[in-house]
Amino acid sequence: MIGLEHYLIVAAALFVTGIFGIFLNRKNVIILLMSIELMLLSVNINLVAFSAYQGNLTGQVFTLFVLTVAAAEAAIGLAILVCFFRNRGTIDVEDVNVMKG
Amino acid sequence: MQTGDLSIILPEIVLSVFAMAGLIAGAYGGRDRLGPAMIWTTSALFAALAAWIGLQGAGTATAFGEMFTDDAFARFAKVTILLSAAAVLLMGKGYMARCDLIRFEYPLLIALAAVGMMVMVSASDLMALYMGLELQSLSLYVIAALRRDSVRSTEAGLKYFVLGALSSGLLLFGASLVYGFAGTTGFAGIFEAVQGRAPVGLLIGLSLVIAGLAFKISAAPFHMWTPDVYEGAPTSVTAFFATAPKIAAMALLARVVYGAFGGIVGDWQQILAALSVASMFLGAVAAIGQRNIKRLMAYSSIAHMGFALMGLAAGTVAGVEAMLIYLVIYVTMNVGAFAFILSMERDGAPVVEISALSLYSRRSPTRALAMLVLLFSLAGVPPLVGFFAKYSVLLAAVEAGLVWLAVLGVIASVIGAFYYIRIVYIMYFGDEESELDAGGSTVLASFLVVSAALMLFGLWNLAGIEGPAAAAASTLVR
Repeated sequence: MIGLEHYLIVAAALFVTGIFGIFLNRKNVIILLMSIELMLLSVNINLVAFSAYQGNLTGQVFTLFVLTVAAAEAAIGLAILVCFFRNRGTIDVEDVNVMKG
Repeated sequence: MQTGDLSIILPEIVLSVFAMAGLIAGAYGGRDRLGPAMIWTTSALFAALAAWIGLQGAGTATAFGEMFTDDAFARFAKVTILLSAAAVLLMGKGYMARCDLIRFEYPLLIALAAVGMMVMVSASDLMALYMGLELQSLSLYVIAALRRDSVRSTEAGLKYFVLGALSSGLLLFGASLVYGFAGTTGFAGIFEAVQGRAPVGLLIGLSLVIAGLAFKISAAPFHMWTPDVYEGAPTSVTAFFATAPKIAAMALLARVVYGAFGGIVGDWQQILAALSVASMFLGAVAAIGQRNIKRLMAYSSIAHMGFALMGLAAGTVAGVEAMLIYLVIYVTMNVGAFAFILSMERDGAPVVEISALSLYSRRSPTRALAMLVLLFSLAGVPPLVGFFAKYSVLLAAVEAGLVWLAVLGVIASVIGAFYYIRIVYIMYFGDEESELDAGGSTVLASFLVVSAALMLFGLWNLAGIEGPAAAAASTLVR
């Protein structure tokens, strides 16, 4: 029987994968965007699982909001990335270093 | 019920309709010729909305099933946000014109960010919190990268976006856990579910939510983006980043910890105290080696957020009141300081090196004197207003029994005073004659002088903000 805790474990694993994708990735900014998306989607699994478990709809409504915002966020991220690529000619993470830190 | 709800959020509706109408007018009509007029209209609208919200009567109203709360606390924060945004918008106009950045999108994006901030400070539900926060953040990512042809500006936008999205992810994961363990997303419902002892899952959720919000106020150790974004973004945008979003995020943090988790003060108090100590010391120490005044202001803002967090960590009404007063004074000082930074230029080109200020006092005695007052106030030197801001948070921390926190705050404040006074030293006793232009726009000069004058003459009653701040604090803390 698959219970709430299984969903939570999957979501937590995906979330941690996303965070590691952001911090360990040294290659490509697109992978950063994918990691961010992974984090937001793992939150959605959490919300839907809790919503089904508790029998109220709030979590599913929240999920719809998160999906919408995630789409807008990806659009803005890609737009900024295109501007950056035009100036710099590369999207390697190691080249995002004109300013120290 | 619907009309009642709509009338409560009318200021937000007016501002967002204005932003959308402006976008349509810009896209189909005048394009960037509309830019200057749009800046004036937007700041006039900000000021009008601030007056409208400020003059509304006392009382608390909620809308949309308690998702949105309009109380004294929200009104206090909204008035501060709108007034500072209007001031920064007007200040930046000349700078943006010189950099050829007056696009009609700029004031409209700031207006949308302001809508987001107004929703943030009024949010009383995790969903409203998230939507307000994202509306604000998405607009700010774009504004940071506004200078599309500059590597620094787009890099600032990219860094801000990646770390901002990471913080939103942390916040959301925390919010999902809070929802799961409390069974509701409303702050009032969470408050009732969490009394005395909280389940571990809920505490993890609370920590993640606080971590996500700490990113937004750039409290250490979540500050990595701040110096780069402040340096890379156009200076007028930096001035905006340093003022209104900080108030909104601090007010939101206060609302979450008191509104939803007021029953477990002891649990979040230690997190906030740790963030506060880390921010104060990191801001004070890391700023010492900076050559770029925008990076220096970034570390200065980190340190100041540490002091504001100290007021919040006290966990008392006096602490929230001290935090609100601190934020208003911080914003006033920053508006003045950035008016000075925006006026720093050589042969019409902006300059950000601190060394360029050498012997600036001989070139422009009035501006140098006004900046001296502001820097002393930022450092917290008595008898300027900045000292009383620090004094009130320290007092609140001591009264709440956090003596160690207050002692560490005093030490950090003394270390931090060094780099402010170093700028004063360079301005008055530098080695070579400054090559900065002496003239400059009267708008910037008047903002600088008014802000400095407030630091001197605000002494006798803090310009009357104490009463509203006390009322705001007492509505928040239950």
